[in-house]
Amino acid sequence: MNNFFKESKTRIFDFFKIFEKSTDPTLLNRVDNTRFVVLDTETTGFDFDNDRILCIGAVSLLNGVISIPDSFEIYIHQEYYDKNSAQIHGILKDWVMDKPSELEALQQFLAFVSDSVIVAHHTIFDITMINKALERNGLPQLTNKTLDTAFLYKKTLIMSNLLERKDKYALDDLADKFDISKKDRHTAMGDAYITAIAFLKIVKKLKGLKGKSEFTLGDLFKY
Amino acid sequence: MKNTISHRVADFLKNFPPFTFLNQKDIEILSEQISIIYKEKDSVIFAENEETHSSFYIVHKGAVALKKGPKNEILDMCDEGDIFGLRPLIANENYKMEARAYEETILYAIPIAIFRPYALENEAVGNFLIQSFAANTQNPYSKSHRGKLYGENLNGDILDTDSKLFDIQPVKYSKKIVTCSATTTAQEMAEKMIKKKVGAILVVEDKLPIGIITDKDLRNKIVTGEYPITTEASVIMASPVITYPKKLTITQAQIALIKSNISHLCITKDGTPNSKAVGILSKHDVMVSLGNNPSVLIKAIKRAKKYKDIKPIRISIMQLLSGYLEQNIPIALTSKIITELNDVCIQQVIEISLKKMLTPPPVKFAWLAMGSQGRSEQLLQTDQDNALLYENVPDELKEKTKKYFLELATHVNKGLFEIGYDYCPAEMMASNPKWCLSLDEWKSLVHQWITNTGKDEVLLSFIFFDYSLSYGDTELTNELSDYILNDIKENPVFYIHLVSGALQSPSPTGFFRGFLLEQDGANKDFFDIKRRALMPLSDAARVLILSHAVKSISNTPERFDKLAELEPHNRELYLACSYSYRALLKFRTKQGLLHNDSGQYIALGDLSKQEKIKLKSTFKTIKELQEIISIRFNSSNIL
Repeated sequence: MNNFFKESKTRIFDFFKIFEKSTDPTLLNRVDNTRFVVLDTETTGFDFDNDRILCIGAVSLLNGVISIPDSFEIYIHQEYYDKNSAQIHGILKDWVMDKPSELEALQQFLAFVSDSVIVAHHTIFDITMINKALERNGLPQLTNKTLDTAFLYKKTLIMSNLLERKDKYALDDLADKFDISKKDRHTAMGDAYITAIAFLKIVKKLKGLKGKSEFTLGDLFKY
Repeated sequence: MKNTISHRVADFLKNFPPFTFLNQKDIEILSEQISIIYKEKDSVIFAENEETHSSFYIVHKGAVALKKGPKNEILDMCDEGDIFGLRPLIANENYKMEARAYEETILYAIPIAIFRPYALENEAVGNFLIQSFAANTQNPYSKSHRGKLYGENLNGDILDTDSKLFDIQPVKYSKKIVTCSATTTAQEMAEKMIKKKVGAILVVEDKLPIGIITDKDLRNKIVTGEYPITTEASVIMASPVITYPKKLTITQAQIALIKSNISHLCITKDGTPNSKAVGILSKHDVMVSLGNNPSVLIKAIKRAKKYKDIKPIRISIMQLLSGYLEQNIPIALTSKIITELNDVCIQQVIEISLKKMLTPPPVKFAWLAMGSQGRSEQLLQTDQDNALLYENVPDELKEKTKKYFLELATHVNKGLFEIGYDYCPAEMMASNPKWCLSLDEWKSLVHQWITNTGKDEVLLSFIFFDYSLSYGDTELTNELSDYILNDIKENPVFYIHLVSGALQSPSPTGFFRGFLLEQDGANKDFFDIKRRALMPLSDAARVLILSHAVKSISNTPERFDKLAELEPHNRELYLACSYSYRALLKFRTKQGLLHNDSGQYIALGDLSKQEKIKLKSTFKTIKELQEIISIRFNSSNIL
């Protein structure tokens, strides 16, 4: 868990770097014209070094449209397995299924993500997991811009002393607030879908807060 | 790409025609090609005369209005499971209607190229689509037809849009038919009718309707003693049954009911008594369809078994409201009726929620509406503001009791959300543990506000002290009100805080008597009628009425009327306040109906000169009132 916070600090620092370097022309792109990849991973646990990714689910998002043909769900063959986490994700070790190797899965994933902006809930966890896996397989790290719905959601809350803010908002909190069905919760793809809808609703709210001028990618990264 | 989401889509589609006619495998294959589209409220899906899209749409969540013509009249409302945008599938021309998200909506877009083979191969699918398209209805099986009128104009224009919509709307009849056989006794029938909450029972033989018995028949023939309660259905039933086909418009149904002077029509498959009965249409159903009578609306709300059933009734309530405003019915009366209807909706949501609980409430409780709903001033749907109050319990039961009511409140809040009340952004809702308390806990909380007042406490008091009872126990609410009034009396300093809070609402006009507009955010350059005009009045009314220790009047104009009575020397001003408040409320409501929102922000550019003058004339009253309270509750006058 210690690791987690260290990582998240450096990430936030990264955001600022992007913001300071406002010369980055992609930040001027309209949100409507940007392809986002909203993803979630199911892992054997929370240890970045020992735990492994069991499944990656991701949907693409362009101008408010989630295209099912352009979505990604892959179960990965892993030697390492932790039966405790199986209670959450429900993925059994020897599930009868043609599971590709980690390397194959990652290659397919990179092709799918391309240079899109990555969105997830508590993004730092998924990105670190994926980067660790990439490293193990001798592949380059992700350089995509990333957004975190857990973080962006807080920006939609009203400024009021009467509202008690939580430190952390779980995906379940967002699903409840935004009335998103929790069917398929705790499957990578199901969570990616919930995150995608939540992201769309968050963007709508932030757009409303900004007013009538054009809503650019930079507006999402300025926080 | 077969995956968890395509399964989810398939799971949804298989419940709605035309997909019901396809086999599971085909639905799954289709689902893999679908796109999921998120539309903000009020955004256009396609415009009139726009080139057709490569997909048609099914509503997954939310609602879509189909509009047409220069007046943009709503011709149809599609909700969950309804399909629209079929034109490209059938005719090679541009859209004839506009489709616009009526609320926040999620759509599934089904590519026509992929769907077309199924429509051609599968006759049932093809027929359904042709019928849907022709009738301009999304689901001819659930809603009967939108009238022959549309059918005659298969490829032509939709009819003259001037005619009132309801004339050609299909009647929504009850598909759950309650039946009995010819040998059922009167007593059994009555029991069944009570259980199913219906006013008529159909007597069937081999599934064909042979007679009908209504409440009236039972009253006239059994209760009078004319027949014993063991009499069989065949003896007392009205026979033969008057039957009609499913294609029945509201107007036709009305005429049919009047013509035969009966209260129930039987809808059969082909319209004759020789085919299977598919539904029953009562006078009540027709009245509800017309939506112009509060008492039938109330009856309809009380019959609702699911949250979802209440939503369409709320649309009728809005129609009723706009009708009242159009006919210039006094706003005081209008708000009474609409508030009453809103209250019944809330009560029904609570009733339904209570049924979801495994056990009845452990102790008495009261559901309190706060803010504008508490003041009976909520004409348009806004956010929820509510709280829950329950009887004191011994220490050992405290945790359990709180848990029970929190669970109940969570159901109610969700139910209210489903019928159209957004969640409160500040979480002032009964499902928040801070707002779900026992009587003693409430007492110590308000005592805290009254004796230890800061800015937040004033705001909390403003929201909370306008409560009114929506559901539950009056005694509890009364006791709390008495406590509050007493406590304020003993702590007069509280008034100073209240007044300073009341004077904080920003002034409506600037130095040159021009309107003050919002400076930034989404509502830049709009006039905020709630904060600048309504709130100063309601805040002042609250302080004054509390100082007179008057309880159980929470409506602002009524408070002013009462004040006029209590303080004859200020009578004129208070009456002016009461009048101004009503005028402003009416103004806001009209704006809200016009734009399908809360009406809080007004674009001054859209107002006529006369409307602006009218608005401004109320501002003078606000100023005078604020002067009165700032002098009266000056600290030197109180302490």
